[in-house]
Amino acid sequence: MNYFARTSLGPAGVAILLGLFLLVFLVVPVAKVIFVAFQDPNTGALTLVNFADFFNTSLFRESFFNSLYVALMSVVVGSVIAMPLAYFTTRFNFNGAVLIQTLGVIPLIMPPFVGAVAMQLLFGANGSINLLLDEWFGINIPFMEGLNGVILVESIHYFPFILINLSAALNNIDRSMEESAQNLGANGFRLFRRIVFPLAMPGYVAGASLVFLKVFDDLGTPLLLNVNNMLAPQAYLRISSIGISDPMGYVISVILVLFSLFALWTSFLAMRGKEYATVQKGGGGLMKRDLRTWEKVGAYAVVIFTLLIVLSPHIGLTLLSFGTIWSFSVLPDGFTLANYQEVIGTTSDYITNTMLYAGLAALIDVVFGTAIAYLVWRTKLVGRKWLDYLATGALAIPGVVLGIGYLRTFYEVEVPFIGQPLASWWVIIVVALAVRRLPYALRACVAALQQVAVALEEAAENLGATKYRTVKRVVVPLMSGGIIAGFVTSFATAAVELSATIMLVSAESDAPLSYGIYVFMQSAAGRGPGAALGMIAVIIVGVATYLSHRVIERGKREQALDAALAGGV
Amino acid sequence: MKGPVSVKIEDVHVAFGHTRVLTGVNLDIEPGEFFAFLGPSGSGKSTLLRAIAGFGPMPGGRILIDGQNVTGLPPWKRNVGMVFQSYALWPHMTVRKNVAFGLEERRVDGKELRRRVDAALDLVGLAEFADRRPAQLSGGQQQRVALARTVVVEPRVLLLDEPLSNLDANLRVQMRRDILDLQRKLSLTTIFVTHDQEEANTMSDRMAVLNDGVIQQVGAPVTLYDRPSNLFVADFLGTANVLKGHFTSDDGGSRFMDETGIEITLDKKVEHEHGAVVLRPQNLTIQSPGAAHATRIIPLSGTVQYVEFLGSIVRYAVQVEPHVILIDESHRQGDRVFQKGESVEVGVDTNYLTTLAQ
Ligand SMILES: Nc1ncnc2c1ncn2[C@@H]1O[C@H](COP(=O)(O)OP(=O)(O)O)[C@@H](O)[C@H]1O
Ligand SMILES: [Mg+2]
Repeated sequence: MNYFARTSLGPAGVAILLGLFLLVFLVVPVAKVIFVAFQDPNTGALTLVNFADFFNTSLFRESFFNSLYVALMSVVVGSVIAMPLAYFTTRFNFNGAVLIQTLGVIPLIMPPFVGAVAMQLLFGANGSINLLLDEWFGINIPFMEGLNGVILVESIHYFPFILINLSAALNNIDRSMEESAQNLGANGFRLFRRIVFPLAMPGYVAGASLVFLKVFDDLGTPLLLNVNNMLAPQAYLRISSIGISDPMGYVISVILVLFSLFALWTSFLAMRGKEYATVQKGGGGLMKRDLRTWEKVGAYAVVIFTLLIVLSPHIGLTLLSFGTIWSFSVLPDGFTLANYQEVIGTTSDYITNTMLYAGLAALIDVVFGTAIAYLVWRTKLVGRKWLDYLATGALAIPGVVLGIGYLRTFYEVEVPFIGQPLASWWVIIVVALAVRRLPYALRACVAALQQVAVALEEAAENLGATKYRTVKRVVVPLMSGGIIAGFVTSFATAAVELSATIMLVSAESDAPLSYGIYVFMQSAAGRGPGAALGMIAVIIVGVATYLSHRVIERGKREQALDAALAGGV
Repeated sequence: MKGPVSVKIEDVHVAFGHTRVLTGVNLDIEPGEFFAFLGPSGSGKSTLLRAIAGFGPMPGGRILIDGQNVTGLPPWKRNVGMVFQSYALWPHMTVRKNVAFGLEERRVDGKELRRRVDAALDLVGLAEFADRRPAQLSGGQQQRVALARTVVVEPRVLLLDEPLSNLDANLRVQMRRDILDLQRKLSLTTIFVTHDQEEANTMSDRMAVLNDGVIQQVGAPVTLYDRPSNLFVADFLGTANVLKGHFTSDDGGSRFMDETGIEITLDKKVEHEHGAVVLRPQNLTIQSPGAAHATRIIPLSGTVQYVEFLGSIVRYAVQVEPHVILIDESHRQGDRVFQKGESVEVGVDTNYLTTLAQ
């Protein structure tokens, strides 16, 4: 940014550079993918023949319906997990509320594919739980059979999206909304159906459509569970086995993007009307009541049971990483540190690569995120909203699609001095990660910017600071809490990204952790070391998440302190 | 429909956890009365109103509506209409749907439902807004919808929590009349909560002044203003000059002596020893030192501290060591206005003062 200032590149110049970046690394690759999907592979003419081929192939039809089924069922199962928890925290004075909040975060610090194999060992046909069930009751439940496994792993991982959004929606309903209905004669289920449910619906839909989007696009989980008859794995397998020119990968990509855009749009629509329930003033949140003893027992039972299920990938992964051999038994045969020694001794490249890639990507994200936030919210540039839409739109582009787009677009682009195509240079992985995580960083930066009153900026300008100096000396320092939070969110999620990474890793020495985990988990012998690597990833993400939490909390405390001081004057 | 009903509150106590919010409240509200709860913010007005509707913690004591003990009855079984301060209109329903809600809960449907909803909307003059959403209405219109939604179910009692507080000043005066008209038309026993004495004075037949969860005094607005029974009521209802001191009595009457030596002779006998004299500004007169005055007027010498010319009246603040006494003189064309710093005499008319026990 210093450079921009010295060359007196104003906001418009910065906007154009950002726009160019998004154009080259998001719009063009995605457009290329869409274009190829409609192109005859032999003649190059525009055609629908690829889509006809797609729907005429039974494997693809099956994959399509499987992906839809898995995404919808994950929403259903995720809702079943989230709804009682949201209900307990918002309707009752329940001490377990902290427990539930923790529950809402724990799954997110471990990407679903990392825990997938461990889940198989716990819940699979010959896993710990079924061995016990068989011994005690003589039954075997196919938790992990085929699509069931994907649904279980995904819903355990993504239900917090529903929990968080639904709880927020319920908490935002003004108490008088409910009281006025009671006053007019409604109670019990009718009150819920006519007032509470419709008012909480937008929050629920927003959460549910995000879950749908994430699951529909996920590549890692089905791959690791060896479920290949779904869309994302098919796209990956077509491109990686048949080659970059096979049109089916592109057709699948178009379908993935369409459904993701639809889900994102639904979520957006749901949230747009949301403020309306919260404008009233008065006692916030629904009426809460104390639980009776037996109700409390029941509530705790549900919460603890959910907690166990939610923690099972973590428990399984821990066991697997410290275990010797684990097969056809409830627990591993013995415990050892050998797996960790192996991964730290032989594969430390994975860890350093991850730190480098995720660190660079997160840095790009916060710099761009701050700039975009500022341009969109604090300037009057024509078309500035489009920067926001574009950057946020990256949410609807699955990693596989971005990966395919990069391969196709940048294969012919030679990097000067390196003598390598851009598509296989390690930097392209960083760019892909940055583009994919930009929406998260941008949200954090926008939230931080909204905390900075315009008057503070005007005061600086009034005292003679230029726009650039004002941003540097006043706005960015005041945003620093949010920027750090954005950095860590980007870093933590980029560190375990698999779907774009897996498409773009061209040499083992360039591979990050997530790729390493995937490679190890392919073989039975590699599971232990793979789990150890997974644990390392979880620790990196966990520490980062914890740190960002601390930073945000500290920021909040300082703000409270500032407010108190200001009030005291 | 049966005529208006009474509301009786017997020794009601309410506490949130260990915090006492209402203590020993007793009230008899007559059928068809327009009754106000007046008090400063946090005095427990809303809590009392909500207790009548069945909201909040279970109160101690008894609440009787039309002679029926409703304490412990859930809100949906009381048929008591409440209009919330925030209006609490449901944003996901149209105006018509909002108004129909209570009737639907009472299993009214078809033609009857339509007729009654239309009638209620007509009553508040919002017939043409039936298909709008609440968010598309102004504050005053939302208020009317909330009223229509409540009265359409023909509740036994109408409860209004600070009904005018979210409206701007002009609308408030208009709405005051509209609410009164509506109440007279429906002849509903109505209780409304306000912290604004002007609202309470202009609207209510009788009112209860609350402070710290305790009822201070109950009565018609004029009674409370002219005969406050304690310092809180005297001070809360309008401006009052308060002189604290003690009374000495003999057969003829009493003599009041303030801590700083101000003396006032009273022709009636005062029972208590320690107390206060309350002087309303408009009951005091101001004149040049030494000017003639009636014998029952007791002159206090002082200096004008400031003068506010308000048109129909002039408000003076006169320093009568160590007090600052406020005086409202009505102003007629050509009357002389005293200037700041002038020496004056404040005239206390013993017919127009209130004595209070302490
Ligand atoms: N839900 C509640 N929990 C705890 N205290 C409350 C609650 N509602 C009201 N209070 C307290 O009760 C007192 C009276 O409140 P309220 O009846 O709302 O006063 P008013 O309507 O006269 O302003 C206040 O001190 C308030 O803080
Ligand atoms: Mg109140």
